[in-house]
Amino acid sequence: MGSPKTNPYYAGRKRINLLAMGLCYGATLFGLTWLVMILGTLVSNGLPGLSLDLLTQNTPPPNSTGGGLANAIVGSLMLTAIGVGIGAPIGLLAGTYMAEYGRHSKLTSVIRFINDILLSAPSIIIGLFVYGAVVVPMGGFSGIAGALALAVIVIPVVVRTTEDMLLLVPNPLREAASALGLPRSLVIRRVAYRAAKAGLVTGVLLAVARVSGETAPLLFTVLNNQFWSLDLTGSIANLPVTINNFVNNPDPNWKKLAWSGALLITFAVLSLNIAARVLGSSRNEK
Amino acid sequence: MASSGLAKTETPIDNNGSLERARVLRSMRLGDVLFESLTRTAAISVLLLGGIIISLFIGAWPAIKTYGFDFLTTQRWAPSLKPQPILGALGPVYGTLVSSLLAMVIAVPVGLGISIFLTELCPHVLRRPISIAIELLAGIPSIIYGMWGFFVLGPFLAEHFQPAVIDFFADVPVLNVIFAGPASNLSLFNAALILAIMVLPFITAISRDVFATVPVVLKEAAYGAGCTTWEVVWNVVIPYTRVGVIGGVMLGLGRALGETMAVAFVIGNAFKIKASLFAPATTISAAIASEFAESDGLHQSSLILLGLLLFVLTFMVLTAARIMLMRLERNQGK
Repeated sequence: MGSPKTNPYYAGRKRINLLAMGLCYGATLFGLTWLVMILGTLVSNGLPGLSLDLLTQNTPPPNSTGGGLANAIVGSLMLTAIGVGIGAPIGLLAGTYMAEYGRHSKLTSVIRFINDILLSAPSIIIGLFVYGAVVVPMGGFSGIAGALALAVIVIPVVVRTTEDMLLLVPNPLREAASALGLPRSLVIRRVAYRAAKAGLVTGVLLAVARVSGETAPLLFTVLNNQFWSLDLTGSIANLPVTINNFVNNPDPNWKKLAWSGALLITFAVLSLNIAARVLGSSRNEK
Repeated sequence: MASSGLAKTETPIDNNGSLERARVLRSMRLGDVLFESLTRTAAISVLLLGGIIISLFIGAWPAIKTYGFDFLTTQRWAPSLKPQPILGALGPVYGTLVSSLLAMVIAVPVGLGISIFLTELCPHVLRRPISIAIELLAGIPSIIYGMWGFFVLGPFLAEHFQPAVIDFFADVPVLNVIFAGPASNLSLFNAALILAIMVLPFITAISRDVFATVPVVLKEAAYGAGCTTWEVVWNVVIPYTRVGVIGGVMLGLGRALGETMAVAFVIGNAFKIKASLFAPATTISAAIASEFAESDGLHQSSLILLGLLLFVLTFMVLTAARIMLMRLERNQGK
């Protein structure tokens, strides 16, 4: 045996190690490159179109100049707000039942199973379901159908985080509150909810982030609308589907608007993600 | 009611001012019952959403009745044929499986590489920023991936990457069929690459988390015996976390199978199966997204049947993933 430096066996092992670790550095670089490239493309294509008009003007007719995305932005905000407004309370209450009242019941394990299926269902399947369950009976595409599709996506996310977060609340807290004579519902609302607050809010934020970029379930539930409309029983303009339609069109003005819309939506979703993460981690450090 | 354990204290009512106390207790008990039934109702309404499968089944029934098992073995997709359209799922099912598997072939080594970097090599200060940056890839909406793939990645691959690969494998027997020309902006390979980027954060996050469960003592022992970093990873970390890593990979696969908008933009919607990965193809979700709005009758029913197939497929993959992750948790419990 020679010294570690000259022995070919040691040198070979060292070379393999160097190669493997180099590949790990490469993999990280590879992953980060995509992020930089995608965000770079978005900024360089979308930034020139960012102006006040984008927020105040409606989507323009084909082959014209100017115009904005006001109706689509408002429509998207409405759909998201209603979808989350329906989905989040149901999800919170259902998660509460599973973690507090029915912790070991059969019902809870069945719900958990169904919820896991919902959580994993591709969003286009949710669109198909809402098409059959809402659009066909109502006789046409509508804002309500779109909001319901989003709610169906929100519910499983919120149920999952609510149950997990409430299960993390230590039982002695509940026992202490009960010992003071607090009824069960107040123990949950005043003690358990408060202890799990950051986690619950994080869950809802993540659901909002997940839903606000969704396109597939809106394609055949709300469709889209060229005009300003707040009527939930008819088609409503919305950002993702507008981007989808504009970007596939040769009209350069539409394409420019699509990129600006894409920039807006991406940064909105990414900031929601970061906000949820910061909130989640500040809880862990305490 | 199981919850009335607390309200039992109300029974002895004496006369000095406890009418007030009784009133408060009664309203508390009412609140208790109300709140519990509210949560129970919400929980049961989640259960009702399981009706999705039934609703898909009803929608798909005409297609199931007409085509039966032939649906799975027919490649032809002719929705406007008279008197009856000929529709088969072979093309979209093939595209879905091949694009997702190819995406995993790309994403798994890269994802594992990133997690090894994050757990073994990365300076502590950079660890959080880099893992957040990778996880942000999961936050970008899928339509953005689609646009970017269509306008930036597709043309780049068709001009620089695909011709080089086609030339390189031109004389190799099997590979010259798999990587046959002509180069194309829209192809199965492009879809797989986009999917790989999209599932990368899932695989990275889960493998990083399970790598962190390896007891430090085990790693230290291996280092102490003179192992290199790579040998520690390969002989200690990966065998210890194998089940969890496979679970993470399956979760990523479940994502890839159902991904819609990104794929619909870049795959080219061709129902005919070609041997070359650089040829256009289609997937189940892309077919639904591009055709559903203008479909009716048997065509629409067939698209719903495709959706049902996709649902069953993702469900099986994700159930397998969950069972594996559960087994890992149980092993940890020991």
